Amino acid sequence: MNKLQVLADYFIKYPFVRYAFIVGLLIALCASLLGVTLVLKRFSFIGDGLSHVAFGAMAVAAITGLTNRMAIILPVTMLAAVLLLRTGQNTKIKGDAAIAMISVGALAIGYMLMNLFPSSSNISGDVCSTLFGSVSILTLKSSDVALCVVMAIIVLLTFLLFYHKIFAVTFDESFAQATGIRANTYNLLIAVITAMIIVLAMNLVGSLLISALIIFPALSAMRLFRSFRSVIICSAVISVICAASGIILSILFSTPVGATIVAADMAAFFLFSLIARCKGTHA
Amino acid sequence: MSVQITCKNAALGYENRIVAEKLNFTVSAGDYLCILGENGSGKSTLIKALLGLKPQISGEILCDHQGIGYLPQQTVIQRDFPASVREIVRSGCLGKTGLRPFYTKEEKTLADKMMQQLGIKELEKRCYRDLSGGQQQRVLLARALCAAKNMLLLDEPVTGLDPRAQQELYEQIAALNRAGTTVIMVSHDVTAAVRYASHILQIGKKKQLFFGTTADYRNSKIGQTFLEAGGADLE
Repeated sequence: MNKLQVLADYFIKYPFVRYAFIVGLLIALCASLLGVTLVLKRFSFIGDGLSHVAFGAMAVAAITGLTNRMAIILPVTMLAAVLLLRTGQNTKIKGDAAIAMISVGALAIGYMLMNLFPSSSNISGDVCSTLFGSVSILTLKSSDVALCVVMAIIVLLTFLLFYHKIFAVTFDESFAQATGIRANTYNLLIAVITAMIIVLAMNLVGSLLISALIIFPALSAMRLFRSFRSVIICSAVISVICAASGIILSILFSTPVGATIVAADMAAFFLFSLIARCKGTHA
Repeated sequence: MSVQITCKNAALGYENRIVAEKLNFTVSAGDYLCILGENGSGKSTLIKALLGLKPQISGEILCDHQGIGYLPQQTVIQRDFPASVREIVRSGCLGKTGLRPFYTKEEKTLADKMMQQLGIKELEKRCYRDLSGGQQQRVLLARALCAAKNMLLLDEPVTGLDPRAQQELYEQIAALNRAGTTVIMVSHDVTAAVRYASHILQIGKKKQLFFGTTADYRNSKIGQTFLEAGGADLE
């Protein structure tokens, strides 16, 4: 009871707690929707790769001292997303190798730049918060929240409008192309939205933990549900519930926000796996 | 009989590497054309050309690309894909939806009709990955029919099926053909080709080896060589 009161106090007293909550839930929702497609297309690692690219871009943005860091991070990450999805088709370096290459490369260069041109005295603190998103979600300004809401609306609308096409392109690209759906355009769209979500999610869980937001809800939903629509809906619900409980728990027990959300997602995954095993037929 | 596809002296390939050239054939409404050829003979490039995904290097291919219902080879992704039969069959109508984000009633009815026709209506709520190989192919066939304006293009449809399911699928395709659908099938299976198809197109390394009716193929030298190699039973 006591804890609940503390929580209620936080919500009433501090606007940043409310901001963190809104942003957290929106990001979790968007990530889980796209996660289903990415997992099914065997692009689970793309989130990881792109988040490292975003880390590198953030380092560059930090040393150039730009006030609007998004102006660098977003386009760079989108470009990387497009390049990565391109390589999936026909190049000399295969998809997974390309992702690994770009992601560690960006990580190394980002860390190097941060050390060469330190923007504050506490480099390891900066790096740590970028990688694990430890504090940034609780330092959001109302303009950040507005940006996040707008981007979330764009992602959700795109997803709703192109839901059937995204299904077709995910399930069977060659058939989709043959019936006149521009599969490459939709792949591009998926790549760009993925990049947007990753840049947004960096605030929430940090760049190392983003893949968890993308893959865990989708994998949990796939344990139990057997149609594309039910998997998508279930994944969205799991993700929002886990994000909410993660944020609340992190406030109550003063644990790192990102890590707590990911732990909640993992717990949900094990729960769903257990239920699936008990039901037997749905393995 | 109206001609649906005309291929005149077409050359296919990538950039400057020609995979197949001097292709000459026609497909009329109601035909059952079987395209035979070993690996690397340009079969898949020909499929892409017929679907309008890869334009020919030279020559002419006349056909209504959008009207072809396509049954591609299965991919690894599909084997464990969580999707219901209904969702997959309906996606065959997507070519008609344009930017509209939902299916109309007519499109849903069309999907229902195709499922009925292929005997998979009772499976419509089942998950695709729980079905047998033969059932999966029928689902994809129903989807292709939703997209088709009376022409089907099948890419090695029986690959990976057990003999009985192969037989059933061949019969199903033959039934669709008798009902008036033009069928183009790419295959390795010479025996089934001469049994079901009305026309045969055989392509070899870089060139066309044979095009004509199945009866002519049985009597041709190349046809006999291949049928013997394929261990076919020529009644």
